[in-house]
Amino acid sequence: MRFLLFILQRCAFAVATLWLLSVITFSMGAMAPGGPVEVMLGQHADPASVARLKKEFGLDQPLPVQYGRWISGFVRGDLGTSYRFREPIGPMLRERYPITVRLALTAGAFAVLVGAPLGLAAALRAGSWVDRLATTTALTGVSIPAFVLLPLLVLLFSLQLRWTPVTYEGEWWHLALPAVALGSRPAALVARMTRASFLETLGQDYIRTARAKGLSWGRTVLTHAAKNAVIPVLTVLGTSVGYMLGGSFVVETLFGIPGIGDISVSSIPARDYPMIQAVTLLAAAVFIGVNLLVDILYGFLDPRLRVAPTP
Amino acid sequence: MASSIPVSASLPRLRRLPAALARPSTALAALFLAALVVTALFAPLLAPHRYDAQNPGNRLQPPSRVHPLGTDGVGRDVLSRLIYGARVSLTIAVAVEAVELLFGLTLGMLAGLRRGWLDNAVMRVTDLMFAFPDILLAILITGTLGKSLFNVFVALALVGWPAMVRLVRSRTLTLGAEEFVLSARAMGASDGRIMLRHLLPNLLGPVVVATTVGMGTIVLAEATLSFLGLGIQEPFPSWGSMINTGWQHRRSDPMLTVYPAVCLAATIMAFNFLGDGLRDWLDPRSRHA
Repeated sequence: MRFLLFILQRCAFAVATLWLLSVITFSMGAMAPGGPVEVMLGQHADPASVARLKKEFGLDQPLPVQYGRWISGFVRGDLGTSYRFREPIGPMLRERYPITVRLALTAGAFAVLVGAPLGLAAALRAGSWVDRLATTTALTGVSIPAFVLLPLLVLLFSLQLRWTPVTYEGEWWHLALPAVALGSRPAALVARMTRASFLETLGQDYIRTARAKGLSWGRTVLTHAAKNAVIPVLTVLGTSVGYMLGGSFVVETLFGIPGIGDISVSSIPARDYPMIQAVTLLAAAVFIGVNLLVDILYGFLDPRLRVAPTP
Repeated sequence: MASSIPVSASLPRLRRLPAALARPSTALAALFLAALVVTALFAPLLAPHRYDAQNPGNRLQPPSRVHPLGTDGVGRDVLSRLIYGARVSLTIAVAVEAVELLFGLTLGMLAGLRRGWLDNAVMRVTDLMFAFPDILLAILITGTLGKSLFNVFVALALVGWPAMVRLVRSRTLTLGAEEFVLSARAMGASDGRIMLRHLLPNLLGPVVVATTVGMGTIVLAEATLSFLGLGIQEPFPSWGSMINTGWQHRRSDPMLTVYPAVCLAATIMAFNFLGDGLRDWLDPRSRHA
């Protein structure tokens, strides 16, 4: 019962946050200098056609009405009309999101498959050269952003060794380089967190008890330690979604991947506010949704955490 | 009376500063950053050319005596632009961190000490900020305000302060229950005096670490914005925008991308390694062995 309350409370907070963000996102578009119609028609457009276009996009209405229209459409799945393409945004994004999701999932898989073993190895051999190597690798990985790593990887593997194409050409394995670039920082964070988390857990009394009753070291680590040590790692993955959303903007632009990030970046100089607002709010929804899921997963894994956010 | 316990307690640490730099990675990071600061300060003296001196007849030159790292797509000296790029990166990082420290320390200590409505407001606002991916917010802000050095600073400062406030607040909560704070209060010390004389010296450790690591984050964020065309505008150099323009010549002149990329990665790495070293030095408990 308390757990259900906890989940409900978290969901309510997520919805409230999302609503507030929608207001902020909308007002930023409204506040921005140089309206989109003026940008579309140029400086010397005649007032009549400016007025006509404003009416077409509903920009002649008072702001609260504009907001109400926008958000009620959003809830029903109508994301508005792009100023730049004069097309509904929903179908354009639907066409583009699978590749972005695939990129993010590949990067996430890379982060877990590389980061977790690295951190575990460091924790089990704490203080040894294995630990030092893993820790230094992880700190280096944290420090190198995707848009530094990707060009270096492309220069080496595409232009020098010619193993992969320089830009995305439609095959799934072409995503390898961008996914590694995008996943390296999360991988390093996962490694650091796994190490710290396992070190703390392995020092607990119940681990000694498990060992004392004759359980093998391997089984102790896998069954007793892993469950508790995995919780902080989940947090890192949750917050990494934010990093990967931002990173996909850069990586897609660099590597010519026709996803959400690519279209968002090109929408900014074009002042295509409906597109920018739609993408921002969707990205925020994904980020909040993932972190909500992480919160709930926490509650399943550790009953002590089934409480309200710390006051 | 004037010398309270926390001040004197933090002094022996200062004497052990050389010990902190004994670790090679930390010393190397500190040395690199010192060199970078000198480079940024004396950029006009060190740069062989002006950062915006174009020479269309001299495009994409290989390294030479005149242009040690060659020239870019419009014939500007790459080394000079890298040197001025350090100035841009560090200026933004220092300015943003200064604002974060000001906000973080005052708001965080006040919220942690007074609790009540102020604390509630701070926590709810920071909750909201954490619910939004940082870089998206910065993109949204610079996209709205327009592109300029000042707006990059505004965007990054707006995005960055919550983490510092939360850190200071949580430390203040812990310290506020300690006896030396309670006794100071019992002797009638004002909130201001408690904050300045008792809390601040004890907060410095984690705050210094967070600031160091935070500088790296800001350098990265500025570079990302500039890379996307939302940050520093031409002809001013930023490592981020240099990566972007260099990338257009990736087939003919890959080093145009490599130079700024390496500068950027090295700088962020240096801040992280220095922060890590400082953390272990200030808090021996974090040295798991």
